[in-house]
Amino acid sequence: MTDKLIMYMQYPFVIYAMIVGVLIALCSSLLGVTLVLKRFSFIGDGLSHVAFGAMAVGSVINLSNNMFLVLPVTVIGAVLLLRTGKNTIIKGDAAIAMISVAALAFGYLIMNVFSTSSNLSGDVCSTLFGSTSILTLNKYEVILCAVLSALVVLIFILFYNKIFAVTFDENFSRASGVNVERYNLLIAVIIAVIIVLAMNLVGSLLISALVIFPALSAMRIFRSFKTVTICSAVLSVLCAFLGIIVSILFGTPVGSTIVAVDACVFAICVFIGKIMGGIRI
Amino acid sequence: MALITAENISIGYGSRTIIKDLNFSVDTGDYLCIIGENGVGKTTLMKTMLGLMKPLSGRILLGEGLKNNMIGYLPQRTTVQKDFPASVWEIVLSGFQGRCGARPFYDRKEKLIAKDNIERMEISSLSKRSYMELSGGQQQRVLLARALCAAQEILLLDEPITGLDPRAASEMYGLISKLNKEGMTIIMISHDISESVKYASHVLHIGKNIFFGSKEKYFESDEGKVFLMKNKGGEDR
Repeated sequence: MTDKLIMYMQYPFVIYAMIVGVLIALCSSLLGVTLVLKRFSFIGDGLSHVAFGAMAVGSVINLSNNMFLVLPVTVIGAVLLLRTGKNTIIKGDAAIAMISVAALAFGYLIMNVFSTSSNLSGDVCSTLFGSTSILTLNKYEVILCAVLSALVVLIFILFYNKIFAVTFDENFSRASGVNVERYNLLIAVIIAVIIVLAMNLVGSLLISALVIFPALSAMRIFRSFKTVTICSAVLSVLCAFLGIIVSILFGTPVGSTIVAVDACVFAICVFIGKIMGGIRI
Repeated sequence: MALITAENISIGYGSRTIIKDLNFSVDTGDYLCIIGENGVGKTTLMKTMLGLMKPLSGRILLGEGLKNNMIGYLPQRTTVQKDFPASVWEIVLSGFQGRCGARPFYDRKEKLIAKDNIERMEISSLSKRSYMELSGGQQQRVLLARALCAAQEILLLDEPITGLDPRAASEMYGLISKLNKEGMTIIMISHDISESVKYASHVLHIGKNIFFGSKEKYFESDEGKVFLMKNKGGEDR
């Protein structure tokens, strides 16, 4: 088994997949804590469907690089969904459900009617479950992904205290003069970037797992914002790493394997949390 | 000029006016208690004073160089916070966020003040504990310490004793009164009228009739008498 692993490790595409997988896992876990606490766990799901719709349009009009269409559309979707404003016609979870299924339906419809590809269901399946695209990355995509991830991590660290304040108590923050809307917008944009990045790894149906599982697992064990954030980043990276190795060794689909590992780790964390009653740090 | 002045303000949501033509002012060192039945718009009034909402008409004036980010606010506890993993220290420090501007991290001076405020609230032993494991009274002290970090001159407290047991409630009143004696201006909403009025210097009674004035005058006014009788009746029962 080790021989097999070492053999695979000599291929650049495996190394690329590792790098990209770990980076995406790191980014997606960072904001997971905030989303879970803001009761927005499903936003990843909603946004990824929007991204799927945009991707369908992109592939139909034969864009050379989907990213330029998918990213802006997803950002707009995120801004609209995260607008916790009181004046929206349809509120929170209903809006997310509505936009996500509508985007999914239109995306598939467009692909079905206009697609020139001979393997339609294969295309759809890989966009939804990210089955192979992570193993077909080229050098430039890896660099793009690395740059975007570095940017996300940097922004997260710089705005960490502000994100905490806004998540914990929006009204207090607003009263003490924090521009809450600006930071909510920032959170929305970062999430959109992460979603688009993560579509390569796990596909659009499984993204929310990548966003919320590490945060939920960490929250079983730790009890402060900083420790939860660090723990969820570590867990997410480990799970992605392990998932990719397992999928290489046993030939299983990358995305679902990673999510399965995440789910197992969650179960373990629940167990640990029950025994320890939470570490008091 | 007074610290906060309300000039003919009307507040409400959209076309629905809850309070009409309200006038009052708060001076430095005052302890104003806002009382009234549930649903008369006390929290809405407080949000208007904080600048979170705009009055439908009239205006709120801040005097003596008071700016919005110098006001400490103790909101009602939210459901989000019930299972929020955050340590006491993290929460108290977040009170400085309004003054940080674009600066990403808290500086040493702010950390010292935060520590000081934690001591003032007598919760130093809890500072590493998680907020969600604390009792209601302890949680309120944490939020009060955070409000103190934001406040330089004035504290606005929205029902600070809701959900607390009698002992924790009277401790909370003691703490607030101590802050007032140290020079902090206090505006507090409460529906536990008899207890909260005890420490106040001024009363704003919102109901069918609006009363604003010193506590002594309030007890002589019609609103005050009605309320005192009601309260007495309640105690006799």
